Amino acid sequence: MKNRTFFWFILPSMITMLVFIALPIISVFVQSLYIEHTAVFIEVENCGPFGCTQDVQVDLDATMKLKEMKPLGQFNGFGTYVNRNHLAFVEIGQAWQSSAGLGDFLYKSLNLPFYRALAFTLTYTFVVTPLVLLFGFLIALGVNSLPKRIKGPTIFVSLLPMIVTPLIGSLVLFWMIDAQGVLGATLQKVFDDPTLSLKASPALTWVMLMVYGVWHSAPFAFIVLYAGLQTVPAETMEAAMIDGATRWERTRYVVLPHLMPLTIFISLIQLMDNFRVFEPIVGFSAQAHATSLSWIIFNDLAGSEGQFFGSAGATSVITIIGVSILLIPVLIRTWRDFSRKVV
Amino acid sequence: MSDIVNRRSPVFNAVIWSLVLGWIFVAGFPFVWTLWGSFKVQGDFFSKADWTNAIFGIRTQIETGTPFTGAGYFGAWVTNEFWVSVVNTGIIVGSVVVISLTLGTLGGYALARSGKKYAFYLLMLALVFRAMPHITLVSGYLLPFFEWNLWGHLPTAIIVMVAINQPFTLWMLHSFFLNIPKDLDESAMVDGCTRFQAFRRVIVPVMWPGVITTGLFSFLLAYNDFTVTATLLSQANQTMVPKIASFLGTTQTEGNVMFAVAAVVSATAPLFALIMVFQRQIVSGLTAGAVKG
Repeated sequence: MKNRTFFWFILPSMITMLVFIALPIISVFVQSLYIEHTAVFIEVENCGPFGCTQDVQVDLDATMKLKEMKPLGQFNGFGTYVNRNHLAFVEIGQAWQSSAGLGDFLYKSLNLPFYRALAFTLTYTFVVTPLVLLFGFLIALGVNSLPKRIKGPTIFVSLLPMIVTPLIGSLVLFWMIDAQGVLGATLQKVFDDPTLSLKASPALTWVMLMVYGVWHSAPFAFIVLYAGLQTVPAETMEAAMIDGATRWERTRYVVLPHLMPLTIFISLIQLMDNFRVFEPIVGFSAQAHATSLSWIIFNDLAGSEGQFFGSAGATSVITIIGVSILLIPVLIRTWRDFSRKVV
Repeated sequence: MSDIVNRRSPVFNAVIWSLVLGWIFVAGFPFVWTLWGSFKVQGDFFSKADWTNAIFGIRTQIETGTPFTGAGYFGAWVTNEFWVSVVNTGIIVGSVVVISLTLGTLGGYALARSGKKYAFYLLMLALVFRAMPHITLVSGYLLPFFEWNLWGHLPTAIIVMVAINQPFTLWMLHSFFLNIPKDLDESAMVDGCTRFQAFRRVIVPVMWPGVITTGLFSFLLAYNDFTVTATLLSQANQTMVPKIASFLGTTQTEGNVMFAVAAVVSATAPLFALIMVFQRQIVSGLTAGAVKG
């Protein structure tokens, strides 16, 4: 295809991506260097019957004017990155010096909002991803050995948790697991503990969110691995059987190696997607015990205390750096596949 | 041969069956439960005393006189104007699908036919863009959109979602176009068509299976979105998902949760229908990227 023709074909698509994906990344970085204006104060003399006093008041007009002139706020450099709500170098340093041991230090660090969110995001990403693969593989093996007639309906039901809106899916589970809901109330009866509530304990909240994560993503792994199972070479299977391999050995030495590339594909995609975990925290109203990087950005933008663009920008930049690190293996793999195809 | 493959011990059969049945229960039961419960009152749906109340609707019988009630649906759709959000969602989803497929087919076709090195770099760039968490992009939009008075309108959310959708659409359509033989459009060009005429007369008639599959995923992305719609739309233009979230945000008065339950069931119904009709395409779309890549 000629370069000119290519250019015109790709232009509309490129413009939208550059304007609404590439520019915002730059704009987020610029925003993160600024901080909201502090209010402009003026001294007012209040004179009453008992003499005059000096008062300090907020000059609303001047504040408004300043905001209009410089909507970004005032330049703050990397100040927002290191303040208490983000990387918190000072606080971490203090915690390091004053802590009795590593446990104490970790406890103190995890009380800082950014590290709390980072801890949950990373735990969620690295716990949910392997479990999704495991369950997806087991379901795929199970469905693969079903009679043909009931495979279709089984796949239909399996798709539901993945296709349904994440916020809706998490609400549906949340209502069941609520202390008044069917699962929550049953658990209270089973453990004979009327105060047992999955919402009240941080550990149970984390478990609940991760169960949701596996429930939501396992169908994706299942579908991909199930498709992979259909292409397991029959000759190799037969050869293995003639050599006397048991069912377990055939799964271990024929099926698993055949599925390996797919497994890598699923885990790379899942790592990136789980790193953005956000909707379940809103759906389960879990923010008291579990926050994620995406959630604290959302809270800065749409929280009840106003909008903090500088703070949201700084967290966004850090998140983008995190995603980029997870992205490197994906890029390397795609690069290799493509080069192999060309040669 | 297949007889030997399928011969299994009863224990193995039992394990497989319990695994599959267990999964079907875990995947499907929450939806059945919520659908059934949406026709009850809150006292039954959240019945601490006895979970069978939710099935037989004891409190619903006492409060309304019948074991089923549409109060939740009436409250959500009529009193709280959920239908407005449904219309908004319809507009947004329809526009996003049409626009992103139009841009995506043009771009994906060019990427599949170029063969130059820069086409590959663009695909890699699209992959990087796909990985960006949506909320980080949104935090880049908000301030400029406020400044230029673009915030809150449906077209703004539409174009933003089209853009966020582009990387995925490009990748998927690019791999579909790779499967259409080159000879098809090249012979049309030998016969005197320009590149665009060849695309329109030869490629467009045969591209629909790929476009429909890609369209399904664009539909799901727009329909399921919470991040963009919750932050970029004003109250009046709210779509279904943020509207449902707002049912929960307001004070927990009796019955309010049931509005959310009814709204959740209403919003899930179209997705059910979608999977029923397009199950084959969804499965093939999910596996296309994996098996080829």
